Amino acid sequence: MNSNHVLSVRLYAVIFLALVALTLTTTGVAFIDLGGGFNVTVALTIAVVKALLVILFFMHVRYSDRLTWVFVGAGFFWLAIMMALTFGDFLTRGSG
Amino acid sequence: MSDIQTIHAHQFDAVEQQHEASWIGMWVFLATEVMFFGGMFMGYAVYRTAYPQAFASASNHLDIWLGAINTAVLICSSFTMALGVRSAQLSARKPLMIFLALTIALGAVFLGIKFTEYYFKYEEHLVPGSAFLFEETSLARQAEIFFSFYFAMTGMHAVHMIIGIGLLTALIVMASRGRFSAEYHTPVELVGLYWHFVDIVWIFLFPLLYLLGRHL
Amino acid sequence: MNTQTMERRQHYLNVSYGIRSWLFTTDHKRIAWLYLVSVTFFFFIGGLFATLIRLELLTPQGDLVQAETYNKLFTMHGVTMIFFFLIPSIPAVLGNFLIPMMIGARDLAFPRLNLASWYIYSIGGLFTLIAAAAGGVDTGWTFYTPYSSIYSNTHVVLTVVGIFVTGFSSILTGLNFIVTIHTMRAPGMTWFRLPLFVWAHYATSIIFVLGTPVIAITLLLVGLERVFHLGIFDPELGGDPLLFQHLFWFYSHPAVYIMILPGMGVISELIACFSRKRIFGYEFVAFSSLGIAVLGFLVWGHHMFVSGQSLYAGMIFSLLSMLVAIPSAVKVFNWTATLYKGSVSFDAPMLYALGFIGLFTIGGLTGLFLASIGVDVHVHDTYFVIAHFHYIMVGSAVMAYLGGIHFWWPKMTGRRYPEAVARVAALIIFLGFNLTFFPQFILGYLGMPRRYHVYPPEFQVLNVMSSAGASILAVGYVLPLIYLIWSLRYGAIAGMNPWKAKGLEWQTPSPPPTDNFDVTPIVVHEAYGYETDEPQAIYPPGKPLHV
Repeated sequence: MNSNHVLSVRLYAVIFLALVALTLTTTGVAFIDLGGGFNVTVALTIAVVKALLVILFFMHVRYSDRLTWVFVGAGFFWLAIMMALTFGDFLTRGSG
Repeated sequence: MSDIQTIHAHQFDAVEQQHEASWIGMWVFLATEVMFFGGMFMGYAVYRTAYPQAFASASNHLDIWLGAINTAVLICSSFTMALGVRSAQLSARKPLMIFLALTIALGAVFLGIKFTEYYFKYEEHLVPGSAFLFEETSLARQAEIFFSFYFAMTGMHAVHMIIGIGLLTALIVMASRGRFSAEYHTPVELVGLYWHFVDIVWIFLFPLLYLLGRHL
Repeated sequence: MNTQTMERRQHYLNVSYGIRSWLFTTDHKRIAWLYLVSVTFFFFIGGLFATLIRLELLTPQGDLVQAETYNKLFTMHGVTMIFFFLIPSIPAVLGNFLIPMMIGARDLAFPRLNLASWYIYSIGGLFTLIAAAAGGVDTGWTFYTPYSSIYSNTHVVLTVVGIFVTGFSSILTGLNFIVTIHTMRAPGMTWFRLPLFVWAHYATSIIFVLGTPVIAITLLLVGLERVFHLGIFDPELGGDPLLFQHLFWFYSHPAVYIMILPGMGVISELIACFSRKRIFGYEFVAFSSLGIAVLGFLVWGHHMFVSGQSLYAGMIFSLLSMLVAIPSAVKVFNWTATLYKGSVSFDAPMLYALGFIGLFTIGGLTGLFLASIGVDVHVHDTYFVIAHFHYIMVGSAVMAYLGGIHFWWPKMTGRRYPEAVARVAALIIFLGFNLTFFPQFILGYLGMPRRYHVYPPEFQVLNVMSSAGASILAVGYVLPLIYLIWSLRYGAIAGMNPWKAKGLEWQTPSPPPTDNFDVTPIVVHEAYGYETDEPQAIYPPGKPLHV
């Protein structure tokens, strides 16, 4: 459960500006060739950071109890399972 | 009026228990949504890995500026939503209704831009099906897969936005009748969680669909 | 307690009358009855398809139906039985009825969502029935692409819409159970005092919630491909049929654990009661339920050993599939250890439970054979696989369902069923089941493929045995339908606790009042207090039900 924390407008505004800044960054960096497939990694990392900001602050998870963290984590963990084992097949196709 | 907030549904023993149940319930639902969208993300990832050239080329046919603007619009809407929840926490009825209305407006702007993009794609013959035409013919078949995912994923996202706007509208009606206060504003919190989740889906959709091939 | 006393006392069945009081109820016990009627209906529909299949297979030639029709029969049999009977059966009927009572609550956390779940289930079922009436589907319940997404000329879209819709019924039920078990346990009901039935349903709900959305999106994509010609699974565009299979089996393998875990929960309750003993290794059984739910998500590739999946992936899935057998085996050992030196009685529910243990062991062991790639290469898509999963789904899950229905029938109805007839029916089911499905192990090993309506003449004897067994099994299933309905009017009045069982549901009248308990119980003891003979909860007077 969340502890009904009231967050300040200032904090929300800071998070908002950070999200906008990250959006501009990811859009700009997209035009630069970072070589070796690094573009995808950077783009996804930025996306993860943005998602975390929304989850932790806009969705109050930073101020919620452990059970909430477990449920949040479980969803993404299960998605990771599905992707990992499926890619385990697709990436080893040629050799097996 | 204030008595209403201290009453709970009969299966619960206390307001706190009801609130905890509602909060956990919404997070369980969001976990299901992660898996629901996740299936499409996984399919997209599989084909992007298999056909990097076609996907990059197809991605460049999307309007990056419309996509970026839409990302900013949704981030703004999450901001206004968070401020709306905050208003409810402070029993500030008028600001709550204003922030809810702003969130709806921003959501509508997003959908307007989205459907405009769809229309452009239709004109450019990039909608999968018999009318699909991709000028780099050697990559055409795989580009059609890209656009299949584009329409499926953004379409499903748009459906969720429409539902969210409906929920927000219901919240405005309830707020206008004085249903929310610092003691009870659970529906506002829950719709807020839903709305932020839909924003997060787009946070991942934007780079994966729009930014893939810009550096090439 | 005579009939008149029972009629005058108000309980959940007589508190209101009329169709509206049933169709608009939010009482979890009435919703359980709505589901009971629906799943029984779909069970017999699925049984009808099975009957036609077994009739066709009496002879080696395809002389009863054409090949295309046969394809529709086994498809509709699978779809109906899996999505509209097995998956909802125990959770939506027994789980809905019992979970609030077992934890000392008045209802589930979200009663209106519970009713919505039933309506959603019914609408999905209606879609699928319409598809069946309009000519059915012939893709197999597995809907493999590109046949299902492009080439089949049958009612794929209608059927997948039906399954998609019904999936949300599962998701909402799982959500309701998880939230209820976390937040609505009575005072003193700690996690390790919960009946194992509740643990089993919690584990099942994890699968409901995290697995079902994936099949929802997968079938939606198949539908979109058919209707809008999106090219996600189209090999002509470069689409990979194996992507569908990964997405499909990511849910559909855990789905089989959805179908067995609740049954295991029932068995724990039955074994404890009819051995008059605490379940041996309670914590191990509880954690095994969770273990099965989690590990069950890691093994789906064992359905794809011969589909074109990479060998390395196959090896990983094979190893993981061996591991998932361990928690199941732990449970079988613990149930057996519970029986040891117990005071065992052989009422009908116990006959079903004992049958479950034996048949589940056979089903589980043959699952290990299939998990081994070397064996699977030879028996994949043969009757060996069919026998394996029917031992689990029919020999185990259906028997657990029937055992549970018999066990809690007095609580649900206030009536006792005729015990002697019930025992005979249980034996008929056990014998009919084995005669139907054991020959299929042999047929599969000898090479008879599944989903064919013709077969080489040398397989006829075993097929005839199987069809004969099916006719006996059918009799066995019809008997409870008859005598349970009979008992509603003519059965002996059941008291509060005819089995002298432990558990909070037995400390309230039969049938229970709408709010389950007159006062909120305070739990003071572990579950299964058979050996110490202490009640699990006390009911201090004066502690009000409503705050």
